[in-house]
Amino acid sequence: MIQLQNIGKAYETRRGPRWVFRNVDLTIGRGEKIGILGRNGAGKSTLIRMISGIEMLNEGRIVTDMSISWPLAFSGAFQQSLTGADNVRFICRVYGKNVDDVIALVDDFAELGAYMNEPIKSYSAGMRARLGFGVSLAVDFDCFLIDEIVAVGDARFQQKCHDELFVKRRDRSMIIVSHNDGYIREHCDRAGVLAQQTLTNFADMDEAYAFYKAHERE
Amino acid sequence: MTQMQEPSPTSFLRSWAIQQRVIGALLMREVITRYGRHNIGFLWLFVEPMVFTIGVTLIWTATRAVHGSDLPISAFALTGYSSVLVWRNMPSRLVGSIEPNLSLMYHRNVKIIDIFAARLLLEAVGVGISFFILTLFFAAVGWLQLPEDPLKVVMGWVMLVWFGSSLGMFLGALSNRSELIDKFWHPAAYLLFPLSGAAFLVESLPAEFREWILYLPMVHGVECVRDGFFGSHFTPYYDLAYMALCNLGLSLFALAEIRRASRNLVPA
Repeated sequence: MIQLQNIGKAYETRRGPRWVFRNVDLTIGRGEKIGILGRNGAGKSTLIRMISGIEMLNEGRIVTDMSISWPLAFSGAFQQSLTGADNVRFICRVYGKNVDDVIALVDDFAELGAYMNEPIKSYSAGMRARLGFGVSLAVDFDCFLIDEIVAVGDARFQQKCHDELFVKRRDRSMIIVSHNDGYIREHCDRAGVLAQQTLTNFADMDEAYAFYKAHERE
Repeated sequence: MTQMQEPSPTSFLRSWAIQQRVIGALLMREVITRYGRHNIGFLWLFVEPMVFTIGVTLIWTATRAVHGSDLPISAFALTGYSSVLVWRNMPSRLVGSIEPNLSLMYHRNVKIIDIFAARLLLEAVGVGISFFILTLFFAAVGWLQLPEDPLKVVMGWVMLVWFGSSLGMFLGALSNRSELIDKFWHPAAYLLFPLSGAAFLVESLPAEFREWILYLPMVHGVECVRDGFFGSHFTPYYDLAYMALCNLGLSLFALAEIRRASRNLVPA
């Protein structure tokens, strides 16, 4: 279970602190899939970053007994001058995984072939995304954070991602953040809406969608 | 897939296991990024400080930096320059080291202090091995006598490493708040070099100047290392309690500043 207890995040600006959101409560059970809707700038990505522990909270706390992924398919944490394999090795060491197993899995998923041993800076955007996605899957978490599944790769790759996440790993928890309600409806059990600097939780998808529509033009 | 065994959640042992893993991973990453796999690779870690130290020793020997005494000049140069490398390189490696590593914060268990620890460890090991090998080498070719009191050498060295680490962590965290630190550190390090006790013995200074120079913590460390090497050849001036107090103060400031930097971190 992951529990967000009354969390809030503020950023310093020239005119003093500006709250992105406050008083956010959310509970995610094992295997639950929760969607977070919000228009651009509502704080969706910030919320994801709080949950994944990238940034510190200003208020409240997050309690969990599950392992939580970084925002999925994120590849910014790769060191550009190192090879794909070296980057994977680093991540394995950080998370205590067996290097050979993970490299085999990533290789199988990302289909980089000989490029696995070339520096990341020589990769195309698609290759980078495939590697990032492959590593996230290979490390394996109890809860996956999915920030706006970006349309990378061709249809085949998209299909592969779908199978790995929503078929093979359907017993995992997922928090999916998007401004596209269709995607959330398709994959989530329930949803919350980020608007007016806080999160409103809904048990019913249609209610969440109605609320989102009502606040979309604020 | 195999996963390492970890004891019950949030126990001290588990935290310790994670900490070790993360610092180990950062160490390997640092070594590969810095030295790559070309030519002698990670051996540069201590070959580089060795080259510097040998060069300085040769120059100081040739120019007779210490006049008219029976001081072993090689031991004087070796202890002096190795000490400088400790307190100067550690801060230099940490100043501005947060920004380029920001993306590592995407891994929950990687914290600023881990990045600092990995770099400090690498620096300490590099300069330490260089100092150790050169001591043996210079002794073997007859340039110096082995230390009279190795324990004092180790004590002085440990104090210098502590000083360099805490100063480095303090400046490293502070440099995330203001780029002035980066601008200010390099000239400061340059100006501190002649005052740091590397190129003189405190006993050779006029008495009133002696008092002032002993406010600098690293002077005590160098004097202690030299006392261990050739203490019977001169009168050492140092107070390790004073140095420990300075180090402790610096360490506390460093931790507070790291805490502050972590709070305000915004990885791209």
